Amino acid sequence: MAMQFKKPSRRQFLIGGSVGVAVGGGLLLGYAVSGPSRRELAEGAAAQGGERFVTTWLKISPDNIVTIYVPHADMGQGTITALAMMAAEELEADWSLVRAEQAPAEKAFANEALGNRFVAGEDVPPMLKGLNAAAWTKIAQFMNLQITGGSMAVRYTGHHGMRVTGAAAKDMLVKAAAARWGVSPSDCVAALSTVTGPNGQSATYGELAADAAGYAPSAAPVLKSKKDYTIVGTARPRFDIPGKVNGTAKYGIDAEAPGMLYAAPKLAPVFGSTVVSYDASEILSRRGVKKVVEFPGGVAVIADNYWRAKEAAAALEVTFDTKGGEAVSSETIFAGHDAAIATGKSEDDKVIGDAASVFAAQGADIVEASYRVPYLAHACMEPMNCTVWIRDGKADVWVGVQDPLGTRARVADISGIGFENVKVHPMLLGGGFGRRIPIREGFFNFPSEIDFATIVAKEVDAPVKFIYSREDDIQHDAYRIASSSRLRVALDEKGLPTAWENIYVHKDEPGEAPHIPYAIPNQSIRFVEVENHVPRGPWRSVAHTQHTFFNESFIDELAHRAGADPYEYRRALLEGQPRHQAVLDLAAKKAGWGKPLAEGRFHGIAVQQSFGSIVAEVAEISVEEGAVRVHRVTAAVDCGEVIHPDTAAQQVESGIIYGLTAALYGEIAIEGGAVAQTNFTDYEMLHLSETPVIDVHFVESGAPIGGLGEPATPVVSAAVSNGVYAATGKRIRQLPLKNHDLTPAPGKLAQAAD
Amino acid sequence: MAITLKVNGTTHSLDIEPEMPLLWALRDELGLTGTKFGCGVAACGACTVHVDGVATRTCVTPVEAVDGAEITTIEGLAATSGAAEGMLAPVQQAWIDAQVPQCGYCQSGMLMAVSALLAENPRPTDEDIDAAITNVCRCGTYPRVRAAIRSVTAA
Ligand code: FES
Ligand code: FES
Repeated sequence: MAMQFKKPSRRQFLIGGSVGVAVGGGLLLGYAVSGPSRRELAEGAAAQGGERFVTTWLKISPDNIVTIYVPHADMGQGTITALAMMAAEELEADWSLVRAEQAPAEKAFANEALGNRFVAGEDVPPMLKGLNAAAWTKIAQFMNLQITGGSMAVRYTGHHGMRVTGAAAKDMLVKAAAARWGVSPSDCVAALSTVTGPNGQSATYGELAADAAGYAPSAAPVLKSKKDYTIVGTARPRFDIPGKVNGTAKYGIDAEAPGMLYAAPKLAPVFGSTVVSYDASEILSRRGVKKVVEFPGGVAVIADNYWRAKEAAAALEVTFDTKGGEAVSSETIFAGHDAAIATGKSEDDKVIGDAASVFAAQGADIVEASYRVPYLAHACMEPMNCTVWIRDGKADVWVGVQDPLGTRARVADISGIGFENVKVHPMLLGGGFGRRIPIREGFFNFPSEIDFATIVAKEVDAPVKFIYSREDDIQHDAYRIASSSRLRVALDEKGLPTAWENIYVHKDEPGEAPHIPYAIPNQSIRFVEVENHVPRGPWRSVAHTQHTFFNESFIDELAHRAGADPYEYRRALLEGQPRHQAVLDLAAKKAGWGKPLAEGRFHGIAVQQSFGSIVAEVAEISVEEGAVRVHRVTAAVDCGEVIHPDTAAQQVESGIIYGLTAALYGEIAIEGGAVAQTNFTDYEMLHLSETPVIDVHFVESGAPIGGLGEPATPVVSAAVSNGVYAATGKRIRQLPLKNHDLTPAPGKLAQAAD
Repeated sequence: MAITLKVNGTTHSLDIEPEMPLLWALRDELGLTGTKFGCGVAACGACTVHVDGVATRTCVTPVEAVDGAEITTIEGLAATSGAAEGMLAPVQQAWIDAQVPQCGYCQSGMLMAVSALLAENPRPTDEDIDAAITNVCRCGTYPRVRAAIRSVTAA
């Protein structure tokens, strides 16, 4: 099913705040949408008093340089470059004269294109869907939507903001040139940042910019057709790469401010604990240690060097009140899941037909299986950090986050300093993956390092760089939830399901993640809620991570049970889903599905739609010394349209490696109410030596642009596990794979030896 | 106690604890933030520099152990490779050509590890690369890391 965006009913351009502003002889053009949201939001939460949200700004300076301000963080997914390409394409800019940077954390750059989709209840990023109405109202009032996540930058900002801004600016430049030469605009041509006239006249955009600012932008500029693209669809070098190979790129952890001090926390291991007492007298006499500051759930040591702060924090004895949290463990959590699922007191998620009567029918052939996955940490490469300087009723914040404006609102809230007096300096992010979002209402009320840094900075007369150690990061994340699912089907005589039942734990975002694309006439998809004290948050592809593993593994079970080829079995059930079938076919073909593989190699397949894209993956695996080894992953991706082929492929590679790491190793276990893992030593990462060859193929179906940062991630765990079944006959119903001994049973070994 | 650190050709005399890890001396005392903190326990390689040409994880290397040694960080990599002022080392250029970095946070350490490997073994086998490059990259740039290494070794 293709998703359609509603067209914003009213578009508005802003040029430096009002129509037509020349800046230093240049042109500054912004694009705003103030669409149907006002009426649709009953109480007018958004855009009150004529305020508007703006997505996109484009600046042309007299030296003919075009600068595009992108209201998204670039976490390495190439967003800033891809979005600039979309604007530059419509602008007919000379790419060598285009620059792009992240928009400052100012209201003018808040993300309206995104806000509108949210308000209209369309397909929106999960971390926004999670917000309740009250939270949304608050955010809208702060106009602080600047979130990057949900694979949405190109889909929303790019499509609704960048393209329109570029096209409108080009029209204004052409009009300015035509007026200057006394000719008709239709006789002028814009190309490569220059307008040429019918009699050989020529002027650069830079020369025309000041005049162009005098024209009102068209509300509905004509966009180019895809066949005329010269920039979009080509692999342009990313703007951010040079600084990332010479050590000059500045991440949050590299922030510098005059007289800066460093803070290292001692965090309560058990979630929800409070500080009872501590004795700081010994550490306060240590070299460089300035102060200790208590905050909810911990104590921070402030010193003139992070190592000194960290060593002192490690030596600080703090007594915590665990509030009974130590009784919680992975065992009690999963036992709670099983009990909740078994009671049958579940709520409907999606219902088609009447599954219950099919199951109740005489002689029904029923198959049931229970699956589960553990908590997962994000483990961004750059440990969490935030630098805050509070003085004279003002706050400066240096941090790399997925939502700079939300961060600004959060620091304003926590510090009591007015929003207007908080300045956020966006820094690069050393990984995000859903972790670097300051407001998580709807997920969990999660106090983060940004909150703690703010509280600490209020007590210190200097800028303070607050840094989590890797151990703090692993043990104090907002985790991908631990989840369980009990799946049940009734099969017809051909082994095809006539009824599908799924009772799973926790209705997470996005809401459609537990649903299946398969044509099964009776479906009962339900959920139970089991609360515990472990913070949860969006993790790359969010609920798709668990549900794709559950559903795509179970479908594989059914295929084998029917004696069918797992690819053909899916294909048959995907009748009427041509996009799904197309990626499945392409992945199968490119992987050589069904053809003989090298000795000891086996294939597993899986498919999932998420964030507007559909991804099929075939994993080629072997089992060596009882452990799985993944040699190759072939991915076919339908994301509608490919903007930047190189970063698109890179995001798919990245998503697969992130998902594969979790499938093989990812497990956050809870013991005594706390996280048992500590660092990369026991929360293991995939390394270069274990990385499969990854083959990526795109299908450009022309469907609305889908996301790429996330959709490749959830598919790989099922594809690999299904390969393990093909290799060993062992069905993997719990992740990670490292917990399974895949050594063949003696009987089987004998067989193999035969 | 005065520690002498020779970093990227400049000699610094620092009055710091001998057990302070080199990582924090570089970052917090000398302001060389290109070298990154990832794990603190020698498990990720983000903090890798060259000590007398050898790839070294600085988060577990006390400064007293490198007193007087030649230390090269990512900021000095181009210069030690003999690149002209403002130019890049061959591996850095290969990284740009292959568009390796994503978030980029691990890449300083990755480049230092790779450049040390290639200095010692200009024609590494895939197994040599697997054994030497154990740096963690959460963004999963590994396929491009290998391709970029190969573009240098094939040259
Ligand atoms: S920070 Fe030194 S190896 Fe990870
Ligand atoms: S590029 Fe992000 S961790 Fe390697």
